[in-house]
Amino acid sequence: MKILVPIKRVVDYNVKVRPLSDNSNVDLNNVKMAVNPFCEIAVEEAVRLKESGTATEIIAVTVGTSASQEQLRTALALGCDRAILIESEENPEPLVIAKALAKIFEEENPDLIILGKQAIDGDNNQTGQMLSAILDLPQATFASKLVIEGQTANVTREIDGGLQTIKVNLPAIVTTDLRLNEPRYASLPNIMKAKKKELATKNINDLGIDTSARTEIISVELPPQREAGIKVESVDELIDKLKNEAKAI
Amino acid sequence: MSILVIAEHDNTGIRPSTLNTIAAAKLLGDDIHLFVATNNSELPNSASTIESVSKVISSVDDTLEHQLPEALAPMIKEVATSYSHVLAPATTFGKNLMPRASALLDSQQISDISGVIDQDTFKRPIYAGSCIATVKSNDSIKLITVRATAFDPVQLSGGSAAVESFDSVVSNDKSEFVNEEIAKSDRPELTAADVIISGGRGMQSGDNFHLLESIADKLGAAVGASRAAVDAGFVPNDYQVGQTGKIVAPNLYIAVGISGAIQHLAGMKDSKVIVAINKDEDAPIFQVADYGLVADLFNALPELADKI
Ligand SMILES: Cc1cc2nc3c(=O)[nH]c(=O)nc-3n(C[C@H](O)[C@H](O)[C@H](O)COP(=O)(O)OP(=O)(O)OC[C@H]3O[C@@H](n4cnc5c(N)ncnc54)[C@H](O)[C@@H]3O)c2cc1C
Ligand SMILES: Nc1ncnc2c1ncn2[C@@H]1O[C@H](COP(=O)(O)O)[C@@H](O)[C@H]1O
Repeated sequence: MKILVPIKRVVDYNVKVRPLSDNSNVDLNNVKMAVNPFCEIAVEEAVRLKESGTATEIIAVTVGTSASQEQLRTALALGCDRAILIESEENPEPLVIAKALAKIFEEENPDLIILGKQAIDGDNNQTGQMLSAILDLPQATFASKLVIEGQTANVTREIDGGLQTIKVNLPAIVTTDLRLNEPRYASLPNIMKAKKKELATKNINDLGIDTSARTEIISVELPPQREAGIKVESVDELIDKLKNEAKAI
Repeated sequence: MSILVIAEHDNTGIRPSTLNTIAAAKLLGDDIHLFVATNNSELPNSASTIESVSKVISSVDDTLEHQLPEALAPMIKEVATSYSHVLAPATTFGKNLMPRASALLDSQQISDISGVIDQDTFKRPIYAGSCIATVKSNDSIKLITVRATAFDPVQLSGGSAAVESFDSVVSNDKSEFVNEEIAKSDRPELTAADVIISGGRGMQSGDNFHLLESIADKLGAAVGASRAAVDAGFVPNDYQVGQTGKIVAPNLYIAVGISGAIQHLAGMKDSKVIVAINKDEDAPIFQVADYGLVADLFNALPELADKI
């Protein structure tokens, strides 16, 4: 079984992102970049499927600038076999990314595509579902458990009310939720080995897809800031404030 | 043009998030249609009383019980062509379904809007709510998911919509529902609760959540949790508040043993009044709390339960 894992280079989750001073976009100058945490979970799941003998090959793919090679190398160090960079401008829209990924699907014919449920920069939560639509494949989003059984996958999904299990025919699209697994760290020998693994590059303009942007960012601002409140000294004071000042209870 | 809202429901009743979504739709136009796909033939009629809805488009079929997106998205694609905007709540239901419909329509969805500027322009949080982006869409049919807490709900009653049936049900042999574990609780639902009391890693165990529950019982509150508390197995996943859990904005949010990571704040910082109980006086949660109590929760909670 062959697995395709689309990953994204994003700002590290510990960074508190701010707008540029002219409010035209977010300020990403000199901030630490990383593999999107949900994509790390996707890579980990694929690697575990390979370790258990279910998968034979894992291909990491990203759409982005040449800087994204760094994140592809990380994916290779974590256990992916080869990688594909689809070079594009900074931050294409999810619809464009899904169309590009669909082309890679057609070339590679994987049995399973595992994506993150959400990239923590744009918080869009779209790409996997869009890719499923374009390829007319079943989707199992927000997965917290994945079991492959022959030509089907049983996937437990985290939904608002609790958990839902569905069965999808392969090839299928799975998107990861936080509790699917706990990703490993890359070991130094594996980081060294990853440097020798194949990393192919394509240009998004050669894929024959419509790459035009449908949306534009008009401005980026800070949200209204909360004023820090007060510290109360005791439970009695807290109850008094909630009753008489905030009238919240 | 008219606005289409996709109803979220459990086949017996319309979910509250749908009412917030209709409120957002009202900012875009006054001819609002509600799409109800269900196995219950009574549901479209009961939805027809919702305030501000002029037409219910009903699709009733046994295969629609679980509303899997492989069947629903192509149906939305077909219905959507006579609308300028198609809206659904940004719940796990809407997040799962809408991008699929959006790609079928070759439209770039706008996710999780928190404001409407005009027909084409919307506000939405990005980077876990660290920034708010104003985004303009140039697609002719705009698919949008709506952050429920940002729009005050319309009423379930007061309307009298016409009910029209839509019969082209799409069959789906790609995916199949197996089972569901839906949490049952006598407490209000997190996203609709007026008061929420949440516990974090500081609670130390699932058993200790009873300390929160006894306060919740007195206040009629819902109980929530941080990701750390869910990951540690203290409580189930549907308790999680945050960037990747539920977005809540109750009148009163009480955070207990929660440090206040940005991913948690993303889910609760629009609450009206925030209380934090934490033994670390430097915990970031105090920066957003209206009332902070520096205390050991194992002392403070029993006292609070007693006196409140
Ligand atoms: C991609 C991604 C998505 C995420 N999404 C979410 C999300 O949706 N929601 C979410 O919550 N987190 C999310 N997180 C995790 C987030 O970054 C934090 O790790 C998490 O919120 C921490 O939970 P906590 O505050 O309970 O635990 P901790 O940070 O460990 O804090 C525990 C707190 O309890 C206090 N405490 C301990 N003992 C006591 C006591 N006896 N009395 C009083 N106080 C005590 C401590 O002082 C401390 O402040 C996400 C992280 C990532 C990377
Ligand atoms: N530029 C990209 N290249 C490859 N995969 C991506 C890219 N952007 C998003 N994805 C995948 O889609 C998931 C969801 O992203 P999003 O829809 O942007 O929230 C991510 O976790 C990745 O798995």
